Amino acid sequence: MTNRFRLGKNWLYLPLILMAVFYLIPLYVMLVTGFKSFAEVDLKTMWNLPNGIHFDNFVEAFSKLSPSLWNSFVMVIPAALISSGLGSLNGFILAKWKFRGADIIFPLILFGMFIPYQSILIPLVQFMNAAGIKGLPGLALAHIIYGIPITTLTFRNYYASLPQELLEAAKIDGADMLGIYRHILLPISLPSFVVVLIWQFTSAWNDFLFAVVLTGNTQWPITVALNNMAGSQIIAWNVQMAGSLLAALPTLLVYIFLGRYFLRGLLAGSLKG
Amino acid sequence: MTNDLVIQGLVKTFGKIRAIDNVSLTVKEGQLATLLGPSGCGKTTTLNAIAGLEIPDKGLIRVGDFALTDTGKGRILPPEQRQLGMVFQSYALWPHMKVADNVAFSLKLQKVKRDEIRKRVHEALDLVGLADLADRYPFQLSGGQQQRVALARAVVTRPRLLLLDEPLSNLDAKIRENARVWLRELQQRVGITTIYVTHDQSEAFAMSDMIAVMENGKLLQFAPPEELYASPATQFVAGFIGATSFLRGAVASVDGSRLTVRVANGDLLSLSDRSGKSWSQNQNVVIGIRSERVEMASGQKDNLLNAGVAVSTYLGSKWQHEVDTGSGRLKVETMDAAASDRLSLYLPPDSILLFPE
Repeated sequence: MTNRFRLGKNWLYLPLILMAVFYLIPLYVMLVTGFKSFAEVDLKTMWNLPNGIHFDNFVEAFSKLSPSLWNSFVMVIPAALISSGLGSLNGFILAKWKFRGADIIFPLILFGMFIPYQSILIPLVQFMNAAGIKGLPGLALAHIIYGIPITTLTFRNYYASLPQELLEAAKIDGADMLGIYRHILLPISLPSFVVVLIWQFTSAWNDFLFAVVLTGNTQWPITVALNNMAGSQIIAWNVQMAGSLLAALPTLLVYIFLGRYFLRGLLAGSLKG
Repeated sequence: MTNDLVIQGLVKTFGKIRAIDNVSLTVKEGQLATLLGPSGCGKTTTLNAIAGLEIPDKGLIRVGDFALTDTGKGRILPPEQRQLGMVFQSYALWPHMKVADNVAFSLKLQKVKRDEIRKRVHEALDLVGLADLADRYPFQLSGGQQQRVALARAVVTRPRLLLLDEPLSNLDAKIRENARVWLRELQQRVGITTIYVTHDQSEAFAMSDMIAVMENGKLLQFAPPEELYASPATQFVAGFIGATSFLRGAVASVDGSRLTVRVANGDLLSLSDRSGKSWSQNQNVVIGIRSERVEMASGQKDNLLNAGVAVSTYLGSKWQHEVDTGSGRLKVETMDAAASDRLSLYLPPDSILLFPE
């Protein structure tokens, strides 16, 4: 490796660091404001560090938001699990058990990815009312169905990359279709599951629009509750910021702990054995 | 009741291509039969039809009384109900399972008791000499070890039929030769009826009780290796097996199975025909000559062939010459270098094969 090349590589860090700093500015404001007292919160001093560490904002935010945090978990976890499971089954059938018309159905499923949330809001609410599915279960159902295209795509592409002989060997050894899925494909695709679960967890957790039209105030997930915590006259920005941090924490933790599986899983389809 | 493998009238078409064209053969219980032929000849399709991975258009496949496929009765067992063992070209070991779990898989599906599974997995791994690698993952094994695990997995259920799809083709040349001796010995020890697919004729000769030579979906000849070598049924079989050169000629005289053939340069060659076909005088024919049987003439009066040397190649243990006979080129091997650019070659009568043109 030449010196010039090494120098060039080091210079690469500068824009990367700048971009990271830029990206982290909102997080900085959120953090410092979350630790300030109400009196300290002012536009003029928004960049300053707090005078002291005030945990009471977090305590207050948590006491206000904890029911909706719980609502979010109750809605998001089953939604992520079920849509991943369905996507995996779809992917298995579409990649390895091709039936007549499979190549038409697959793009049709993918088409679902491009439908904007806004365009289906009214029919969605009407459908949920007509079907009598209220509140969180309805919200979970909406996320499950909206997740199916992306989960199906991920799993189908991964399964399509697996050699057919892997499945044929299981057939010869006496496994039927479900046996092959359960004993071979399901365990092999755990990395893909991590990717899809993280993806689904994040998108369902961060969703605001579906949540606000499908749930009432006892069932608000965290995003809606956070928005509604701001009073109509005075906004306690310090508590609001502490609440935002609480709302972002679960997805942040998911990425920190599962992030490397995420990358590994994203690559799983493209790398061999 | 013997458990011979019987295949009758097997047909499989892909569009207009007849991948298997009316193939019938019977493999005796405990024997190893090889499907041999160039790629695209239908050998793997035939194997997959036996395995149930390919559904034939027509035909019967049974082991003893147990029908695997019988299109006449609309019976086509799915692979998982055929009770076979199979080794794939890629071995197809499941990467997320340890060696022991790979081998145990079929027994677990059959709900065999846990102790029994452990015993039989150990037996199978012991058979292939890998009992101490039971706790490894497939990616931790060499190619040869993976191949043996695949074999252990295939025989652990004591299947009625073992199918091997070019199991040695991914091994290095050196390991491959050891592996085929080892594999043959193991097959005979277990006494399991085996179908072996390969495009490698030396592998087929080294391992088989019977060899089926296929071309374009057709079964050309099904015979023991010695017979296949001594009297190949067609010119294609003769060309595919051993180093055979072909010369054009015409029948000069017929006396029962004793014939004389005149080749283009006027030399007369007498031979004994083993095909049982009938021949007539002046009929145009092709003769096949095994280059390893050709000798330098040393005092013989008959069956001499005069030819000019075109190319000589030194191979270390022997010389190989390509000679021009005037009716086609001929490859011959000699111990010594050619003394002149014209050779007088002696062709023993039983080394010459006769085919209609």
